[in-house]
Amino acid sequence: MEQAEPEASPRLGLDLDRAVQAAAPDAVGDAVFEVEDLNVYYGDFRAVQDASFTVYKHEITAMIGPSGCGKTTVLRCFNRMNDLIPTARVEGRLDFQKVPIYDPRVDPVEVRRRIGMVFQKPNPFPKSIYDNIAFGPRVTGMAKKKSDLDDIVERSLNRAALWDEVNDRMKDSALGLSGGQQQRLCIARAIAVDPDVLLMDEPCSALDPIATARIEDLMQEIKNDYTIVIVTHNMQQAARISNRTAFFTAQLDSTTDQRCGLLVEYDRTETIFSNPSDERTENYVTGRFG
Amino acid sequence: MAKARLIGDRTNKMMVQAMERRATDVRGRVFQITLLTTLLISLFILGVLIVDVVVDSWGVLTGRPGGFLAGTMRSLSDDPKLGVHQALVGTFWIAVFVAVLAFPIGIGAAIWLEEYALKNRFTRFIELNIRNLAGVPSIVYGLLGLFLFVKSLGDLTGGKSIAAAGITLAILVLPIVIITAQEAIRAVPQGLKEGAYGVGATKWTMIRSQVLPYAAPGIFTGTLLSMSRGIGEAAPLLLVGAVTGRLGSNPSFFDLSAINAEAFMAMPVIIVEWVQNSGRDPGFAEAAAAAIVVLLVFVILMNAAAIFLRNHFEKKRG
Repeated sequence: MEQAEPEASPRLGLDLDRAVQAAAPDAVGDAVFEVEDLNVYYGDFRAVQDASFTVYKHEITAMIGPSGCGKTTVLRCFNRMNDLIPTARVEGRLDFQKVPIYDPRVDPVEVRRRIGMVFQKPNPFPKSIYDNIAFGPRVTGMAKKKSDLDDIVERSLNRAALWDEVNDRMKDSALGLSGGQQQRLCIARAIAVDPDVLLMDEPCSALDPIATARIEDLMQEIKNDYTIVIVTHNMQQAARISNRTAFFTAQLDSTTDQRCGLLVEYDRTETIFSNPSDERTENYVTGRFG
Repeated sequence: MAKARLIGDRTNKMMVQAMERRATDVRGRVFQITLLTTLLISLFILGVLIVDVVVDSWGVLTGRPGGFLAGTMRSLSDDPKLGVHQALVGTFWIAVFVAVLAFPIGIGAAIWLEEYALKNRFTRFIELNIRNLAGVPSIVYGLLGLFLFVKSLGDLTGGKSIAAAGITLAILVLPIVIITAQEAIRAVPQGLKEGAYGVGATKWTMIRSQVLPYAAPGIFTGTLLSMSRGIGEAAPLLLVGAVTGRLGSNPSFFDLSAINAEAFMAMPVIIVEWVQNSGRDPGFAEAAAAAIVVLLVFVILMNAAAIFLRNHFEKKRG
């Protein structure tokens, strides 16, 4: 990256489109998120301390670690979802396709359009299945014509492997679907606005093993088109599906006497699970975590 | 083998005993009965009131229901033209004022407080004061209405008019509208909001498409109940000048010029007036009871509308 002309560069022009295009062609190995010395605070409480790592394109990056280690907090930084918490404050560098998304001139709404999210608990809107998927394209002005919208809805549901189960009841309430179907609906809803990245916050924790397997298959299928970052409590899941794994832990901060999330180790998933370099990682992935 | 069986029998017996103990849970039973009694007491009182009023008004309501609704205020209780028409018109327009003023302002304030306001000391101060305002006696609002809307803004409202009374009652119910709407908005699940933000919705889109539809049933129930309370208020209306003498005119429901005319009547006030008159003319007691029944029906109709709207929006909510 020799193009070091900080002011005039398009990366601060907030033109996400141009920045995304500049980052093409899509070669595996391109950085999607570059995180450097990320610190997240809730009021005076520091939730995450000095995290630095890079998320690569068309990979599944898993974040694992015990409760309270800050992995969900980091995930919610990626699409500025933490902005919704009034006391939350983010410091450090967090670039998405070379655009610093915490720059005051960046519009968080556009960031969230490009970086979709699937939540821990399936949260379909209390509307019809069709309207759930059509919501994003409608509010972002993607589809003007009804036929375009129909196409987007069908394609998204197909990608989420849900179309065959629901195409005869598109007008029914999404709340009538099973938990696993609801979560796939939420994935379809997220990909309907054609994001570059999907953030998944423990997407299978409320699902049974069969539904979990379906979601995992789905993630493998769609990772060629998206970049996926997933937080999971399930280490087997991280080992099964992810290319890279970040292990976080909660560490006692001696100056403030509070527990604070710390990125211990970040590497290829095989390395994390078979040959980790940090003892804490090894203890955790082998189930000996104290 | 036999020993194991014996132990099995014994544990089984203990289990049965433990499970049957619930049937003799005396304290639980007493508590339950106490609760039921409190409910029955309140229902009984309400029932006595309704029966009493209906019995008292029976002659008027069965004898000449149409005439009573169409009639006007008279000085004698046996006047065949005695009725509540002026008061119904007054109460109807006061209700319209409350709906038009208090609902949008109250719901708007609630949305701002819940979705936009920073949760700081200033906001907490405002919320505390709204709660206090909800507890202010209605006569105080009557004084406010008298000085502000009748005297200072008399040119606008026409002095002691339906407009002045309507604005006064709108302000009276405003804190209740804000509080109930706030509670309905606060009950919207965070997951819905995040889901909307997650696909690139702006704050306003999120509020319009998720928060308001979800909160609508609660908002409607709360606001219409507060309206029922508002139109039953007599004290502030007496201060802002509901006329307790005889009115010259009998305006129709849609006579808009009557809104800021210098004389009006309302249901609660006519009831007070007739109860007072019953001292010199006992026949007015019957008329007062009939007016109470009319006001009750008015309020019940409004509550029925509230329930209908709530069910409608709940169905829409899915």
